[in-house]
Amino acid sequence: MRELALHLLDVAQNALEAGATRLAIEIEEDLAADRLTISVVDNGRGMDAELLAKVRDPFTTTRTTRRVGLGIPLLTAAAERCNGKVEIASQPGQGTAVMATFQHSHIDRAPLGDVAGTLVTAILAKPELELTYRHRVGEREFVFSAAELREQLGDVPLNLGPVIQWVREYLSENIAALYETDETNASPTSNVESQDE
Amino acid sequence: MPKVKSLEDLNKLRQQAQQDLKVREKAGTQIIIGMGTCGIAAGARETLHAILDELARRELAANVTTVGCIGMCTEEPLVDIVQPGQDRITYGHLTADRVARLVEEHLVNGRVVREWVVGQIAPSGN
Ligand SMILES: Nc1ncnc2c1ncn2[C@@H]1O[C@H](COP(=O)(O)OP(=O)(O)OP(=O)(O)O)[C@@H](O)[C@H]1O
Ligand SMILES: [Mg+2]
Repeated sequence: MRELALHLLDVAQNALEAGATRLAIEIEEDLAADRLTISVVDNGRGMDAELLAKVRDPFTTTRTTRRVGLGIPLLTAAAERCNGKVEIASQPGQGTAVMATFQHSHIDRAPLGDVAGTLVTAILAKPELELTYRHRVGEREFVFSAAELREQLGDVPLNLGPVIQWVREYLSENIAALYETDETNASPTSNVESQDE
Repeated sequence: MPKVKSLEDLNKLRQQAQQDLKVREKAGTQIIIGMGTCGIAAGARETLHAILDELARRELAANVTTVGCIGMCTEEPLVDIVQPGQDRITYGHLTADRVARLVEEHLVNGRVVREWVVGQIAPSGN
């Protein structure tokens, strides 16, 4: 996948297919430690030890439409290529936590890409989803919660055209602001990762 | 520092949206985009956003949602259009660059784009 945000969407999709009603997504860019961590925690049906042990094998899938599962193996390969790894913890009936780490500066690390687009897609997949998102870049942080948004919207659903367009802009502007260099900074072009599609 | 949108802006939007809601309830068009791994890798997220943009540009109302893998991985991105009383149409290889024509022909002119169809199901009760 050409963006980490597409891997993220794929992991979120697994959670939704597992019946999750809550989804907590976190991206942490620890520039000092040169580490990028993506974590996705859901309250879906979870996996038993046997399934969990096999889930990195591309021939493991519980889907009936196709005999191979690709999502987790692709993410694992991407992380391992960048001196990172994928850790999965799961409890049947409780939920699943997937954590992928990457060396932030690794030459093979795909850009984060359009995270806002991914979050909007998850909202459209399940408009009543309790989605939370936290993104840290160094000292800066952006936090989003779909519940908070719903409170403001009252009876207007999140998946209504103009609302979802607004949410997408809201998310991409706030995520882009995490990367803005201060006016006092001498080199405004360094370390800026574009959030445009 | 550009002015970033804040949650307070939502109030205005909310009032406007309550109007749109009435329109949409009447329209009843459903657009469903396949969002399994193969779909995502083939550009389904971009297709979804192109559809949202095109609907907004033409001020059309539709319920846009996603579905997991349905097993036609080689045809991704897949887009289904469901309208009351009409056959459910599944379009294949529906990349973002095809969205403008899809919306114009299927949603505006009410004509199925035959060459992109990979599946068709009669509405239940027919
Ligand atoms: N969050 C989760 N909760 C419960 N089960 C999960 C979760 N993530 C993955 N699984 C299980 O692991 C299997 C393999 O996941 P993986 O994403 O690799 O493939 P897939 O989802 O089956 O197919 P693909 O991602 O290629 O469309 C899934 O079929 C599912 O049974
Ligand atoms: Mg998957």
